Amino acid sequence: MNCREAVKTVTAILQDQLVVCANGIISRETFTARDRVENFYMIGSMGLASSIGLGVALSENVRKVIVFDGDGNVLMNLGSLAMVGALQPKNFLHIVFDNEAYASTGNQPTCSNMIALENIAKSSGYLYAKRVTDKKGLIKEMSQLLESDGPSLLLVKISRYVGEIDIGRVTHTPNQIKERFMSAIK
Amino acid sequence: MIRSKDFADELVSSGFNFFTGVPCSIIGNLISELTDRSDVTYIPAVREDVAVGIASGAYMAGKIPVALMQNSGIGQCLNALTSLNLIYELPCLLIITWRGFNGKDAPEHIVMGETCDTLLDTIGIVHHTLSGDNAKELITESFNHIIERKTPIALFLKKGVID
Repeated sequence: MNCREAVKTVTAILQDQLVVCANGIISRETFTARDRVENFYMIGSMGLASSIGLGVALSENVRKVIVFDGDGNVLMNLGSLAMVGALQPKNFLHIVFDNEAYASTGNQPTCSNMIALENIAKSSGYLYAKRVTDKKGLIKEMSQLLESDGPSLLLVKISRYVGEIDIGRVTHTPNQIKERFMSAIK
Repeated sequence: MIRSKDFADELVSSGFNFFTGVPCSIIGNLISELTDRSDVTYIPAVREDVAVGIASGAYMAGKIPVALMQNSGIGQCLNALTSLNLIYELPCLLIITWRGFNGKDAPEHIVMGETCDTLLDTIGIVHHTLSGDNAKELITESFNHIIERKTPIALFLKKGVID
């Protein structure tokens, strides 16, 4: 499974859940696969998607808040996992697309090939943390996680892209992204 | 000197209802006051840029947020402020303690103490400095700034202004 297949699989089964997307390929793939007003595309501030999602989850008690994160982003802000574990937001679902690389800048390796990020989540107090490596497992886990209380983390192992990245950029302005997302929450 | 309880009351009665941050000794009592209140939330953050990220999420979900930090934290959250808050127009009130003011403090505070206000000027964040007699007025002004201009605003707090 590559990032596109994984993002398409996950976004296809979303209903009204709020999604905060990490910067780079993850935002671009999500925008291309299924642009929705419930998506917040974080184009800068690397590392903070989980913190933004946590702020939304703590203030919006009804709907599930899903963070589409990457291994590079998670490693940049491991403290956020500890906060999620400590605060226990039931409506928080963390999906980490892990290609063991900084894909947007040319596939420089991260250290997630050696460090099991789902185990860090478990140790940090997430109620559930699991790794999936294929589409079948991803569909099964997602359908269960959308129905159960968290905080939960699903680590989705994906393959790296080879060569040029053929995916468009998010065409909404940052202000439009924010306004749409806020109108979806109201 | 302003009592921390009165300062917290003023923030809450002005409409701020979501608090997060990283401690500094100058605001130790203020953070205790906010933590103890049942009508608002104080979320202890692991880092200042994380506090700004959480505040931004809370704002989008309808809260009017405050992020509290020492001026050393400006260094940690410059990227969040420039590549999140300023470009998306995601506002929050930054209450920043001013360590190293006039070069009188421990060595680690001196450089940031001399430059923290200029740093905010450089990235275009409006800031004011709190004193014993302007707190009420500046808190109201900050709230109005957030509603009308939708960008972060900072209030610097030097040692000795709040108990």
